[in-house]
Amino acid sequence: MTDQQAQNKIKTEEYFINMGPQHPAAHGVLRLILTIDGEIIKNVEPDLGYIHRSIEKMCERDSYQQIVHLTDRMDYLSSHINNEAVCLTVEKGLEIEVSDRVKVIRTIIDELTRIASHCLWWGVMGMDLGALTSYFYAFRDREMINDIFEETCGARLTMNYNVPGGLMFDIHPNFVKRTKDFITHFKTKIPEYDRLLTGNVIFQKRTKGVGILTKEDAISFGVSGPTARASGFSSDVRKHHPYSAYDRVNFKEILFTEGDTFARYQVRMMELWESISIIEQLIDNIPEGETKAATKAVIKLPKGEFYQRVETARGELGVYINSTGNKNPYRVKFRSPGFSNLSVLNHISKDVLIGDLVATMASFDFVIPDIDR
Amino acid sequence: MTNEDLQNIITGLGTDLEFTTEASEFLNVIVPKEQLHSICSQLKSHPELKFDYAFCITGMDWVPALGVIYHLNSTELKHEIVVKVMVEDRENPTLDSVHDIWQTADFHELEIFDFFGIKFNNHPKLRRIFLTPEWEGFPLRKDYVDEANMIIK
Repeated sequence: MTDQQAQNKIKTEEYFINMGPQHPAAHGVLRLILTIDGEIIKNVEPDLGYIHRSIEKMCERDSYQQIVHLTDRMDYLSSHINNEAVCLTVEKGLEIEVSDRVKVIRTIIDELTRIASHCLWWGVMGMDLGALTSYFYAFRDREMINDIFEETCGARLTMNYNVPGGLMFDIHPNFVKRTKDFITHFKTKIPEYDRLLTGNVIFQKRTKGVGILTKEDAISFGVSGPTARASGFSSDVRKHHPYSAYDRVNFKEILFTEGDTFARYQVRMMELWESISIIEQLIDNIPEGETKAATKAVIKLPKGEFYQRVETARGELGVYINSTGNKNPYRVKFRSPGFSNLSVLNHISKDVLIGDLVATMASFDFVIPDIDR
Repeated sequence: MTNEDLQNIITGLGTDLEFTTEASEFLNVIVPKEQLHSICSQLKSHPELKFDYAFCITGMDWVPALGVIYHLNSTELKHEIVVKVMVEDRENPTLDSVHDIWQTADFHELEIFDFFGIKFNNHPKLRRIFLTPEWEGFPLRKDYVDEANMIIK
């Protein structure tokens, strides 16, 4: 109760309100049960499962090649990276070393995926805070990446380009040229993004000092990705456990210490430049080689447990496969970044306004099928 | 720190601990369920271990035992281990919650309760987080009968 209310002896009462499952700021079917006092949030309880498809259970019936296709539907904005995570785990189990060509192509497409994902996030972050224009700018540029994917992978969103042992087929002859054209184009656009949104006074007032997450909490709640790095938690899997071609490129891990919504925004904006730099280092020197190592038609992993971590656009994705030596896994677990990141939302949303919760959620970049799996 | 060094330190934290590195890239520690909370708490606070980041918590049905697998990482000392705990009772499986050690366990334990039916002592609010409250059975258990045939064989 504020001093003013105490003076006027106004009694207030706590009550529940449902935010979602159909709420424009949730970008999907996420239901938050809010306990509020006036417009002040007292508790946030997520209720999940509205888009749960039981992918882990389906994996237990499927072959290893089929599992790859299911992972597209988790975090659909990082579909290539999800596919790669499963392929890397299977390759680890089979002890296959993929060719340099595969590693480099995978890395380039990973980073293009990250740029496309961050573009979408930037557009909807502006939209959530009432700046509709950013959405159209971001989608204009994201469209170019989707066109590159369509030409090479045959799909724009759920790409299915990875298979255990390599890639489904080689890159399209236009791939290198179009990627370079995109990079040249996009470099002139990020400053435009900054002029449009980053420097905006209203945007800064709504994001600075809002939803502060400390480094200790970030680690304890298992927060990862740009959200964790905005709090100073060095969690980039590409740096700490390099996979594919990340050990042969130079890039900075963007770290901030403020831990607020604006810091999370800045981390992602700066990661766009890092992604561009990674692509530029690789695109001119794609090595020659096989695009797919020979694998048997029926893949059987040896008995044991295999774990692989990758960095998606949202954070750390872990794939745990427990095999008994059959053609199906015994148990598959996807440690999705969204689920762990969501768990901290209640902790940092106590005693804030509903509008600030929307800003915080926008900066967390939730993809609901990634939380629900 | 090498797996041998880790093993030497962790051996002193409890009794009847089993260690294995077979068929896994990590050092696996199998902990009796009575000691789970005390071992986990020491794994986090021990100055030479400092496992502060639980990066993956997995429910598991080993038939007949149920259990939980904790993948742990030290953000400062950069080493990793896997802690496994088993519970034989399938009717009323109960383990201690570790959410006060790693807060991420709060949500992961909800997921495990939902799909494996393992109850966690001292969990702040154990509930069905994905499935509806009236759902019968625990879908990720191996003996679950999928009557609605939602996942076609």
